[in-house]
Amino acid sequence: MRKSFEHQLEDLNQDLLKLGSMVEERIHKAITALKNKNDELAQQVVENDDEIDDYQMEIEQECINLTALQQPVAKDLRRINMVSKMATDLERIADLAQNIAEIALELSASDYVKPLVDLPKMGEIAQEMIHDALDAFVNSNADKAKEVAQRDSKINDLDEQILRELLTYMVEDPKTVQQSNDLIFVSRYLERIGDHVTNICEDIVYIITAERVSY
Amino acid sequence: MMENETKTIEIKDLDFYYGDFQALENVTFDIPENKVTALIGPSGCGKSTFLRTINRMNDLIDGTRVDGDVIVEGDDIYKDEIDVVELRKEVGMVFQEPNPFPKSIYDNIAYGPRAHGITDTEKLDEIVENSLKHAALWDEVDDRLDQSAIGISGGQQQRLCIARALAVDPDILLMDEPTSALDPVATAKIEDLIDDLKEEYTIVIVTHSMQQAARISDYTAFFLMGEVIEHGPTQKIFEKPENQKTEDYITGRFG
Repeated sequence: MRKSFEHQLEDLNQDLLKLGSMVEERIHKAITALKNKNDELAQQVVENDDEIDDYQMEIEQECINLTALQQPVAKDLRRINMVSKMATDLERIADLAQNIAEIALELSASDYVKPLVDLPKMGEIAQEMIHDALDAFVNSNADKAKEVAQRDSKINDLDEQILRELLTYMVEDPKTVQQSNDLIFVSRYLERIGDHVTNICEDIVYIITAERVSY
Repeated sequence: MMENETKTIEIKDLDFYYGDFQALENVTFDIPENKVTALIGPSGCGKSTFLRTINRMNDLIDGTRVDGDVIVEGDDIYKDEIDVVELRKEVGMVFQEPNPFPKSIYDNIAYGPRAHGITDTEKLDEIVENSLKHAALWDEVDDRLDQSAIGISGGQQQRLCIARALAVDPDILLMDEPTSALDPVATAKIEDLIDDLKEEYTIVIVTHSMQQAARISDYTAFFLMGEVIEHGPTQKIFEKPENQKTEDYITGRFG
């Protein structure tokens, strides 16, 4: 019954979940740092990126080892290949969180043109999407993965809304251009995070159904 | 089977019995020309029995009975008027253990053609050379054709047995785990050879190595307790099998 292979697959699942929760925490810290002008939190996100990179490479190596030593086929093959790919998406999400934290450090000395509401909301949605996607992954729930992917449209709507709003500020007062521009980048980074989570959801559906979908 | 492929062997509602024991049940599928079809499944699932129905090797076992049709190149081979010797000339077989005759390399290959009445030395020389070349063995033995076939390596012996099967000019080659007694290098040579041979022959191979089936076959049939659970293009069977039992078997979660 391939007991040791089963254990290794279970370890791989756990490792991906751990990477996912590390990445979730990064987004939470970056957005909180931005919202509350907390340099210390932002600094943590910027400085600890190696940890994520190392973990991602570890998962990738596990996938290569399992492929070489266990010759997986069918669902096992899809799972191992997709875990490797999902780890790459998660690592990219962490990089984007780092970019957001860098902007948080840049803006912490100045006052915001208005309190940040929509950006934290986007951050929250993105974080929940990662959490629920990984939930769908462990429970092999393709419907849930699809539902999570569809939430990406909320992020996209907010991104457009934020862009329009900040453009208005810039037109009205050129002194806000620098800050507005930075915040537009944050919004765009969050929008990209949503796209990476959508990729992850598509990979989960592929593992479960063997059908390639595009959301 | 793809639409543009010709079926060489058609199996319809095939049942097979060893006395009271039913070893094959309602087996139905087509085997296309110039392709490699792999038969996989756990021990005792009926895959070797099935292989032997294609050239009536099971006739040699007492108390066996066949129902249904095995149609080879348009002829129902279980009809009374079928000449079994002629059938086995068209449908050659290679076994698990290399089984060369204790004769010279030359005489091993010439044995079949001689049995079919060829006596002309030049003709026999030509058949021996061509068969050994087809089996990718000629370059290794052309300077010692008169030496005993027992003295060459196991991998060479198995290629000799393939050459011997080819010498009577068959259309179909049946192989029953042809590499299970060979090391990885000799196995790779046989697998390369199978890939070359399918240009001219239709090959049906029983293998216990799932990786081997995946590497060398175009079609795979999964047998379980005498039934064909799933049959289809090899890539589909190994990437996206339709039946859960197939998935359980190929991923090693069976039993």
